[in-house]
Amino acid sequence: MIETIDLYKDFGSLRVLNGINEHIEKGEVISIIGPSGSGKSTFLRCLNLLEIPTSGSVIFEGVNLMDKNVDINLHRQKMGMVFQHFNVFPHLTVKQNITLAPVLLKKRTQQEADKYADELLARVGLSDKAEEHPRRLSGGQKQRLAIVRALAMDPEVMLFDEPTSALDPEMVGEVLAVIKSLVQGGMTCVIVTHEMGFAREVSSRVLFMDEGKVQEQGSPDEIFTNPQNPRTKAFLGKVLR
Amino acid sequence: MFTNFGSNITRALTKYWGLFLEGIGITLLLSFITVFFGTIIGSILALMRRSRIKAVSVFAVGYVEVIRGTPLLLQLYLFYFMLPDLLPFMNLSKFACVSIALVINSSAYVCEIVRAGIQAVDPGQAEAARTLGLNGRQTMLRIVMPQAIKNILPALGNEFVTVIKETSLASTFFVGDLMTAYATVRGSMYLVIEPLVIVGIIYFVLTFSLSKLISKFERRLKASD
Repeated sequence: MIETIDLYKDFGSLRVLNGINEHIEKGEVISIIGPSGSGKSTFLRCLNLLEIPTSGSVIFEGVNLMDKNVDINLHRQKMGMVFQHFNVFPHLTVKQNITLAPVLLKKRTQQEADKYADELLARVGLSDKAEEHPRRLSGGQKQRLAIVRALAMDPEVMLFDEPTSALDPEMVGEVLAVIKSLVQGGMTCVIVTHEMGFAREVSSRVLFMDEGKVQEQGSPDEIFTNPQNPRTKAFLGKVLR
Repeated sequence: MFTNFGSNITRALTKYWGLFLEGIGITLLLSFITVFFGTIIGSILALMRRSRIKAVSVFAVGYVEVIRGTPLLLQLYLFYFMLPDLLPFMNLSKFACVSIALVINSSAYVCEIVRAGIQAVDPGQAEAARTLGLNGRQTMLRIVMPQAIKNILPALGNEFVTVIKETSLASTFFVGDLMTAYATVRGSMYLVIEPLVIVGIIYFVLTFSLSKLISKFERRLKASD
């Protein structure tokens, strides 16, 4: 579904991605772990060209997104993204947050979008907040809203950029539960996370990144119980304890 | 000097109240014209600054820097003398020339206000919009601008306050504003301080009440965030 070929990204003289070749298949749930500054988020943001790679290709459903003739906006509609800081739209109501894009991009009529928004809100337990503005929501509620806002575009894949890192501890669970239900529904997910327990539980594959490279990858069991790479061992030794 | 201060003020007011009133009218009209057209041109400049076409953004940056880097009085003189020569067929009144100079001056400041207002919106907002598939234009119109307006409106109000004071420079060309009224009264009554105090109080009341109004409005905007 998504393939990266020789992906490099430099910020000035700093090399953040150092040649990544990965293939993400439909239905996979991939967790990306690694120390901060290892390039995890940058890699994720390159997948929908939120960061433009310095060189290399990103192939999404057979189309090279780096191609100049490609309308990236069309492809982004199929790649939902959830951010660390939620980025819900404060000037719109909860429901408008969800319906804006599908209606504006003519994916649904306002009526259809409203109906679907109600369904989505019910799924994440926010039905009673539909007409509120996001300022009235807690962090966990904002993040659940951000997730269904992305889902309203019927994406083929969901990208999560540290979705629980900005949350108070007691709200992490409710957001992870929503992501888990997505995974159970068969959604292809790429999740950059510091929640090792969660990564271990939901992933079909775990990538360990360090210094702009995928240093090791495998099933959650392989990575968490029997890591081979000394860097992986050192990292997990620090975070798991 | 101050022996007849009170009675002189009363005298100036009873005799020339119409002139002061007209001055208020013209000062406010001039300020309104300046901010209104300044806002339109300034917003266009702010968008030009963000243009991907190099020549367009360079022009906008140059315009803003030159206007902000030279005195308003100089610009007033320049336009006052240059415009009628440049556009003789238009038969520009001196009020028109002065207005144009004020508009051009204000547009440079408004450009910066709009730019700052847009920049103050969390970049994550635009990122979220783009990942949903909105293009740059849709993102600007539907997501960034509605939030930027909240930063821009109060600053525009303050620009209005500033412009009210700056229009006093237009009196150099006797356009009938408040300072012109002062000059007229001074000339006919041979009084300097008294009309100055009257005009000063009028300016202060205008700007102070406007500032209060703006901060009230600003609080309302904040509350709706």
